[in-house]
Amino acid sequence: MDTGVDLIFKIAAIGVITAVLNQLLVNSEKKELGLMVSITGLVVVLLMVVKEINYLFQTIKTLFNL
Amino acid sequence: MIIKIVAIGIVATVLAIVLRKEKPEFAAAVGIITGIVILTMLMDDINAVLQSIKIASEKAGVEPRYIALLIKVIGISYITQFGSAIAKDAGEGAIASKIDLAGKIAILLLSAPFLFALLNLIIGILP
Repeated sequence: MDTGVDLIFKIAAIGVITAVLNQLLVNSEKKELGLMVSITGLVVVLLMVVKEINYLFQTIKTLFNL
Repeated sequence: MIIKIVAIGIVATVLAIVLRKEKPEFAAAVGIITGIVILTMLMDDINAVLQSIKIASEKAGVEPRYIALLIKVIGISYITQFGSAIAKDAGEGAIASKIDLAGKIAILLLSAPFLFALLNLIIGILP
């Protein structure tokens, strides 16, 4: 996994890109496509977040003998 | 180390503020990831602190299972606080208080045997 600030920047960049794409699509009368882009971006980010949360919880489990 | 963590926090805060207007869900994701990154960076230090506590308690002759229980309780409260802070950040105060409650119950359940042992001891001393 890539740790550190990279991951924060990656997620923020995905958020910005989705916001821009959403605006573009909504402005060109394609609201449903904009919604699809938003949902896809959210799913991608959530997958990354879930992986990291799993990693963190495994680390805490081994660290504190839970 | 500390400067690095503070810098990461400031940068992530700015990113989250930028994202909150357009896409609040991505702001929440940035918050979660920032918390995970900072905690992961702190893991080695936490491990060192726990080891020194263990060594000190062994020298003082405290029974090891008490220290093990203490460390477990610290871990549970750590995870609980992490989850409830994220929920509170996203504006879900009700979910946050439920996570807090679950953590309290888990800690109570973990320490119940010791509590009852103490109570039995007191009852035995009483005439």
